Amino acid sequence: MNKLIVSLSPHVHGNDSVERNMHGVIIALLPALLISFFYFGLGAVVVCLSSVAACMFFEWSISKYILHRQPTLSDGSAIITGLLLGMNLPSNLPVWMVIIGALVAIGIGKMTFGGLGCNPFNPALVGRCFLLVSFPAPMTSWPIEYQLTSYIDATTGATPLSFMKTAIKTGDVSVLKKIPDSIDLLLGNLSGNLGAGTIGEICALALILGLIYMLWKRIITWHIPFSIIFTVLIFSGLLHFANPVYANPIQVILSGGLMLGAIFMATDYVTSPMTHRGQLIYGVSIGILTVVIRNWGSYPEGMSFAILIMNAFTPLINHYVKPKRYGEVLKK
Amino acid sequence: MTNYFVIAVVVLVFIALIASIILYAASKKFAVKEDPRILQVQALLPGANCGGCGFAGCSGMAEALVKGADAGTIEGLKCPVGRNGVMSQIADMLGVSLAQSESMIAVVRCNGTCMLRPQVALYDGLHTCAAMNAASMGESGCGYGCLGCGDCTEACQFDALHLNSETGLPEVDEKKCTSCGACVKVCPRHIIELRKKGPKGHRVYVCCMNKDKGNIARKACNAACIGCGKCEKVCEFEAITVADNLAYIDYDKCSMCTKCVDECPSGAIVKVNFPIYKKEAKV
Amino acid sequence: MKLHTFRVGGVHVKEYKITAEIATTSAPIPKQAVFPLSQHIGAPAKPVVKKGDKVKVGTLLAEAGGIVSAPIHSSVSGTVTKIGTTIDASGYRKPAIYINVEGDEWEDDIDRSQTLETLVNHPELTPEYIVESIKKAGITGMGGAGFPTFIKLVPPPTAKAECIILNGVECEPYITSDYRLMMEHADEILIGLDLLMKAAKVEKGYIGIEENKPKAIALFEEKTAMDSRIQIVPLAKKYPQGGEKQLVDAVIRRQVPAPPGIPVNVGAIVQNVGTAFAVYEAVMKNKPLFERYTTVTGKKVAHPGNFLVRMGTPFAEMINFCGGLPKGDNKVIAGGPMMGKAVVSLDVPVCKGTNSITVLTDEDARRKAPQPCIRCGKCVEVCPMGLEPYLLATLSVFGEWERAEAEKITSCVSCGSCQFTCPAHRPILDNIFLGKDKVMGIIKSRNKKNDE
Repeated sequence: MNKLIVSLSPHVHGNDSVERNMHGVIIALLPALLISFFYFGLGAVVVCLSSVAACMFFEWSISKYILHRQPTLSDGSAIITGLLLGMNLPSNLPVWMVIIGALVAIGIGKMTFGGLGCNPFNPALVGRCFLLVSFPAPMTSWPIEYQLTSYIDATTGATPLSFMKTAIKTGDVSVLKKIPDSIDLLLGNLSGNLGAGTIGEICALALILGLIYMLWKRIITWHIPFSIIFTVLIFSGLLHFANPVYANPIQVILSGGLMLGAIFMATDYVTSPMTHRGQLIYGVSIGILTVVIRNWGSYPEGMSFAILIMNAFTPLINHYVKPKRYGEVLKK
Repeated sequence: MTNYFVIAVVVLVFIALIASIILYAASKKFAVKEDPRILQVQALLPGANCGGCGFAGCSGMAEALVKGADAGTIEGLKCPVGRNGVMSQIADMLGVSLAQSESMIAVVRCNGTCMLRPQVALYDGLHTCAAMNAASMGESGCGYGCLGCGDCTEACQFDALHLNSETGLPEVDEKKCTSCGACVKVCPRHIIELRKKGPKGHRVYVCCMNKDKGNIARKACNAACIGCGKCEKVCEFEAITVADNLAYIDYDKCSMCTKCVDECPSGAIVKVNFPIYKKEAKV
Repeated sequence: MKLHTFRVGGVHVKEYKITAEIATTSAPIPKQAVFPLSQHIGAPAKPVVKKGDKVKVGTLLAEAGGIVSAPIHSSVSGTVTKIGTTIDASGYRKPAIYINVEGDEWEDDIDRSQTLETLVNHPELTPEYIVESIKKAGITGMGGAGFPTFIKLVPPPTAKAECIILNGVECEPYITSDYRLMMEHADEILIGLDLLMKAAKVEKGYIGIEENKPKAIALFEEKTAMDSRIQIVPLAKKYPQGGEKQLVDAVIRRQVPAPPGIPVNVGAIVQNVGTAFAVYEAVMKNKPLFERYTTVTGKKVAHPGNFLVRMGTPFAEMINFCGGLPKGDNKVIAGGPMMGKAVVSLDVPVCKGTNSITVLTDEDARRKAPQPCIRCGKCVEVCPMGLEPYLLATLSVFGEWERAEAEKITSCVSCGSCQFTCPAHRPILDNIFLGKDKVMGIIKSRNKKNDE
């Protein structure tokens, strides 16, 4: 006998799903990923693929054998962690280090807290910072572009960020002239003996394409990426005009992991604030911290640490920053 | 080099001494004076913090007991988990007298099993009794009966309630139930009640909550009370009242003769833990 | 010119206005009509008929049961068979009056002519008379909420009414009964608005209509071109624009304070266009409320349409008239799919607030299994009251009532935007609903204790 279905309202759903959002992020990452294969060749392919495979394996095995839960690889979050971790690493990193990074990222950064939705820190960044602190030398050797068939044996060089650091330390403004033009930084076409950076941060244009895609599909909103980029632009702009030993702000936002971090890492749902006002505060703070660590800290790249620090503040922001309530705007 | 070492050690020891003096003074000055009996009583209590006594935890109950003892009596305060054993120990310790109370048990007043109560609707929402209760009368035609989602089994901290997968109803494990009342509070239909355990565990109760008219109730469930009143007529102790199409047994007056159980046409009145005699077994 | 809409939250839902252009027809009169005594907010009505009484269309069946209550009138002529119980849209059995239908005899004092009676032709109608007529006719909010209309027209002494806003928005998917009413009885609605404005003693009237009804906007703008007191406000399409609080924000750009604040605190009285039509009929034609426009719709319904239904008609009769239930399990909703009540039996009768009977098939209606919250914040973005649904749901699950009250769970209007949007298919509104119930109970008992 056919029955009537009963439940409380609402009785329809908007067809959004976790899978749709995760797949959208993966599609947004594809331009940057493919361009990096073009620039870095074999190394990029090996590092990224091994990172994805390792993350997926660890999530599946920890879910099944340690947590005794049904593994939920189909939601795509392990693939994203793998891709983002891989894109945060130099393309000449040995596979065993990548695997350790994946184990820390998924095992410690995500599964110890309870799995999807429960982690306070961005898992890919947890893995990356663990690798940076444990293996500082391999993690800071940057291969030069266009060495398509080399992997671990690739020739390395200094990056634009290291020039910026040197300029500040020595006070020598001429070092900054070694940094490529903004258009080259945008396209990722770094010639000569310049080391290019991590796999994902190379081509800012590809990352911006990904941003436009995610905004169009309503996967993220403009608040976090724009607040980070504008804060860095303005802060480093002020510094540049005060003292020319600080680099040109356009070059600052196009170099290093700023674009990758602002667009893909800081916008991670689980670790960023829930309200738009909170997201703006979060983004501005990350921007300030990044510039501070880059200019006056001992590491040339401050983005990962800035994001991790602000991840720790997210619960506090969620607690004190409430959305605009209906009734707050009383008259026209 | 040794100079630095010596200075470091001396400075640290000095800081440690100052810190310990401050901590000692604070622990003395800001000490909360607590009646030592409260801790003694708390040690006697089971420590389950189930809330069955009406206080949030055993410490709250211990405080209330000591206060009550100072006022002269601890009547009205009862730990349902520890029951008479624990309560008499506490009464002795505090030097007050306490009457023995009857032990109670939870009783599920619904007999609408999956076989007796046909399913007429499909519930597709949040799978808790509270949500199902808010959405509609449930999956059957009875708006008073058990919803079968197990909110009561979740609330029980003593593992005494389990949902029978065949009948769809919760069953009380007599040995484990402590009558703390958590299941009573959480059931949105108020189907579960605390009743006296009865001599040798014998209990008679109306296993139905349906207040609809007889024919509607019967259509929804074969074991429903139809309010016919036969039980009221046959009871010699005037223990049964029928109001709103539902019978209710006053257990202070009930002598457990079980005449009503035999008289009820739908089997809505049940008897528990009675031995089955040969002539009944024939039926 | 950019159209106004409410300023906090909101979500875009697919329209499915399948029946928009189907002209309204009269539904067949049922063989047995059932009248639940509680079709409105407030105390249930008290029956004044008993078994065996003969009634006509328009006869009083039950009088108001208290100050906040409304009388119920018969929509059929026949004999009262019993005062029993019926399952209503709440999913439970409630007291109801059963009438066996015989013929279609109307009470003599109802004016069944089609002549338009305007306020200009009847200057003798005082505000008090209009309010009293509305009260006697048993008119309650026809948009689904069911609040007795006459109470809204007499604001409390602390508030002053400045305008009447008619709700012609119909933001829920599937429902088109208000749209058809606007297209077919625009004049009567405008006279109803006139009457409401006179009764509330205000000088300004607005009619809010969403942009997906351009014909209705054009029709009303044409009809009110000469009347400077009435302004037609086309609104950008967004759900839940039809909610009182959101409509007030969209039309006059003012926000109603938190409960116990009501729209009249910012000067607005909101009424559905159906209510305005019923007011016209009650005051000018002496016709109590016993029939209404209802849409019967659904993707797989054979002959969906808009109908003038006599109240008391069981859903089963309306659905059979439209081709019967589609094959398999279905969800039949009294109202729209976002805020309507899924009924547990087709014996449920059409009541004063039933603006639609929506039939969803098994595949559309079934919920997907919930996943853990991914903290995307989309529920916060769409909440029209500016609340944090994920937080309120969690607090309700863990029983943190004090914190839930502090986070304003009582402001929730149960629109369902949060659960509609959630990518993890979490039962957010289910939990908030239970939490709201509990917190309101706590507040009520706290107020009672304070009063003692």
